[in-house]
Amino acid sequence: MSTTESHNEAEIVIDPNAVSMTINGKSVTARKGEWIIAAADRTEDFIPRFCYHPRMESVGMCRQCLVEVEGPRGPMMVVSCMTPVAEGQVVRTDTDTVKRAQEGMIELLLANHPLDCPVCDKGGECPLQDQAFSHGPGESRYVEEKRHYEKPIPISGLVFLDRERCILCDRCTRFADEVAGDPLITFTHRGNNTQVLTFPDEPFASYFSGNTVQICPVGALTAEPYRFKARPWDLQQQESTCTTCSVGCRTVVQSSRDEILRYQGVDSDPVNWGWLCDRGRFNFQSTNSPNRLSTPLIKTESGLVATSWTVALDETARVLRHAQPGSIAILGGARGTNEDAWAWAQLADALGVDMRDAQLDDGLPAEIFGYPNATIDDACSATTVILLAPDLKEELPVLYLRLRGAAEKKKIRIIEITTHDSGLTRYAWKSLQCEPGHQAETVQQMLSTPEMQEQLGRGSVVVVAGRSNLAEAAHHTMAVVDTIATTVSQVSVLPVLRRANVRGALSLGLAPRDSTDAATILEASANGKVDCLILLGADPLSDVPDADLARRGIAGARHIIAIDTFLNNSSAHADIVLPAAAYGEKDGTTTNLEGRVTNVAQSITPHATSRPDWMIAVELAALLNHDLGILTLQDIQTRITQTVGGFDGLSVSVAVRKNGVLVSVPPISPLQVHHDAAVKRNAYEFRLVVARKLYDQAIGTAMSQSLAALAPGAGVFVNPHDLERVGAKDGSSVRVSNTTRSVILPVHASMTVARGTAFVPFNQKGVDIRELLQTSNGVTDVQIANIS
Amino acid sequence: MSRLTDAHVALAKEIIGRYPRPKSALVPLLHLAQEQDGYITRDAMVHIGELVGVTSAEVYGTATFYEMFKFEPVGKYVVNICGTMSCALMGSEELMHHAEQRLGIKAGGTTPDGMFTLEHAECQAACTEAPCLQVNYRYRYRLTPADLDELIDDLSADRLTHEIPPHGTVAKVRQHIASHRGVGALAPELVTESPAWLNGKAAL
Ligand code: SF4
Ligand code: SF4
Ligand code: FES
Ligand code: FES
Repeated sequence: MSTTESHNEAEIVIDPNAVSMTINGKSVTARKGEWIIAAADRTEDFIPRFCYHPRMESVGMCRQCLVEVEGPRGPMMVVSCMTPVAEGQVVRTDTDTVKRAQEGMIELLLANHPLDCPVCDKGGECPLQDQAFSHGPGESRYVEEKRHYEKPIPISGLVFLDRERCILCDRCTRFADEVAGDPLITFTHRGNNTQVLTFPDEPFASYFSGNTVQICPVGALTAEPYRFKARPWDLQQQESTCTTCSVGCRTVVQSSRDEILRYQGVDSDPVNWGWLCDRGRFNFQSTNSPNRLSTPLIKTESGLVATSWTVALDETARVLRHAQPGSIAILGGARGTNEDAWAWAQLADALGVDMRDAQLDDGLPAEIFGYPNATIDDACSATTVILLAPDLKEELPVLYLRLRGAAEKKKIRIIEITTHDSGLTRYAWKSLQCEPGHQAETVQQMLSTPEMQEQLGRGSVVVVAGRSNLAEAAHHTMAVVDTIATTVSQVSVLPVLRRANVRGALSLGLAPRDSTDAATILEASANGKVDCLILLGADPLSDVPDADLARRGIAGARHIIAIDTFLNNSSAHADIVLPAAAYGEKDGTTTNLEGRVTNVAQSITPHATSRPDWMIAVELAALLNHDLGILTLQDIQTRITQTVGGFDGLSVSVAVRKNGVLVSVPPISPLQVHHDAAVKRNAYEFRLVVARKLYDQAIGTAMSQSLAALAPGAGVFVNPHDLERVGAKDGSSVRVSNTTRSVILPVHASMTVARGTAFVPFNQKGVDIRELLQTSNGVTDVQIANIS
Repeated sequence: MSRLTDAHVALAKEIIGRYPRPKSALVPLLHLAQEQDGYITRDAMVHIGELVGVTSAEVYGTATFYEMFKFEPVGKYVVNICGTMSCALMGSEELMHHAEQRLGIKAGGTTPDGMFTLEHAECQAACTEAPCLQVNYRYRYRLTPADLDELIDDLSADRLTHEIPPHGTVAKVRQHIASHRGVGALAPELVTESPAWLNGKAAL
């Protein structure tokens, strides 16, 4: 459409999907196919409801949303959550008949409801309570005995169910089936005995169970971490962003008396649609953990002892001042905010630090941002999505929900290239299983079949790229991404690096220089070339895949300065430990995996003497005579918008909006791809796949008492045929060895693992598989021997 | 507790093949499980879930909807005495009292020897023959307490096995549906023609 033409009425383009109707006499524009209740939600007139949820299919379960619609034979009662809008439709939500229906429904729902509001966690934020007041009859005529059930029964370690309170709205069960794909709770029995239950003695083991608690319109479902902790009217709340992983789900952080008590999901259309995963929802417990670092620590002969900030900062400055030029290294930064990362990058620049990496050799090189970028929405509306990623259900759970939903609705076709079955395998159009080291062949083959060529030619293609196997070199993935990006047209890449703000940290100055990445830095450190190793919320001893390299690197560093919320494996070796403010204790912005910047909000005062990372950087700079000219967070934000390419459109007011703002990434140097030839595996060996599960020993999980027990523990999973070949029984111990070392692990049969492949979850309690990983090898082959 | 036997798994697969979607076979397979063990065991539900590709919770949700599926062991003979209007007028209450005394259990209970479970039923649609009862869903009409005694004697001595098989048995003769008579494993929306064996009779 030309913009130069004059605007006259005749040119107004009519949206073919627009429908005009009236609600209570006022005209409303709606979209064809939309439900009446959705259209009414854009007006002042509220239609009461229990079962309707805008992110789920309507089921018309509760009948609370009845309205009158004019029909040929006069007004007719319809459920507004299942009646589509129509041109010229006349809807009334305020007639006496409607009112009578609403009161009748409330009275029926309350007939069996225990009305134990005074001891119910939902009281004060309960749709049933609220709507009983606003749309109920005020009195009940029901005097008979109510239905009784055993008061709350745990349906998992996280969720309790009180069946007496349940109004059978089908929200939780629908969520579990339709959104999460885990139909582990369901309506059972019949009539007056209808109740939500799990299979007897089988828990509601879903990574998304907390959402059912949030959307339950009564107090039937409660979450263990929040039960009896607070009353809604005592909660303060701040809209924020989850920084547990890089999906960046929108949340509201609720606190009372300076303690975080709950996160709730907020509906951000481009990101999380209101959902959170349980790890992100419940790991606020770690912020409140008594194990948090309270004061700076300094190494003495009797180990690490508490000291003052003045002493600790002076001592840190002294170490930095005396370091040889070029011998300071910074690892980490992905845990903090954009502002934290930028401030540390400024300090690093001032000190001439060339060794820096926000990742720990467990992601993909920052060059992955160099391809045309895709957003989550792009992926969910692409014609084809190619997964070259870790199991998204385990690592980026809400991204998994979005992609699963899109595939289920047949909006996208997923082609998965994987070493073992993932959460998305059953929703994939094609799942191409291949051994680690053979992706290149598999992709070549894929690109040459006419069926695939046809599919890839049908429209946009989004490659979801991440580090799927910690026992395999990252450049294998980079090489196949490159092959696809250069062969297929209309292709874009959604990088799925998992640490919360890894994209922000890499974009704001903590990316490796000249390929001097974490592995190179640790190797240098092992060779005595690092005078001062700064661990910015990084724990190489727990996270770097090559355990031996991490150990040598930590041991070789002359001085270690750790900035962290907890004392972890690595910071325990530090000379100076500075306590950092945690999530919820500081303001700032964060960048999610697609490059969307949103705010994180401070809800409580930082624990004890802890401070935000950026403040520490600013103070150290001042002590080292490199005044950064920064006094406040706003100063940093102004400087970022002024100086960092791609972030120029960013201002905090934009980031605070719930959908944030997408930033473009500063130009990335071209990628140098090297293609390895596939390495053959000996028939008696297994090729190792090491990847994360949602729950592991990560500090946020381990320090959240409700989540810690959910980690499955160490073990090796092989195909049942292979288990037979090894001659071991399920659950017995086996020796897993490479050419130089071995570990002993319990073995389990799993149909999700291909023959010849061994899957080991990363960072689990028990024996550490990282002993067998060596980054220098492209792949890791092991032998498995029965020792029982 | 028992999963389906190999023979029943084979049968289950045949049954699944008759439906467009495997999970449509859920209820027939639950009958099969009840026939095998007299009631539906936990393991059978897990097994059925595996066979039709749904979670155990979904099997449980469907199964518990039906009163005639039992989840605890019941007697070899489940006696349902109708208590609705016609039968009540014709003496069903007396019949129930008599049964309770004779069997030494209350309605809802099972005799210690596992022979009888006594249940109270709503109208069984045999009102003209009131008072009536069912044993394993096989009718007995116009019973007096004396008739009931005789029935219990006969059942206790297994004299009626030819007409009243043990609880859970759906039919004495298993129906065989030739595979070509099923719709087959084709989604309903993909079925464009009526099955060949209908011979155009579908138009009726
Ligand atoms: S438990 Fe809550 S969400 Fe689930 S059906 Fe009952 S009222 Fe609805
Ligand atoms: S998916 Fe990631 S960002 Fe979203 S709630 Fe879970 S951990 Fe937080
Ligand atoms: S909201 Fe419409 S029937 Fe429940
Ligand atoms: S009343 Fe007993 S069969 Fe109808």
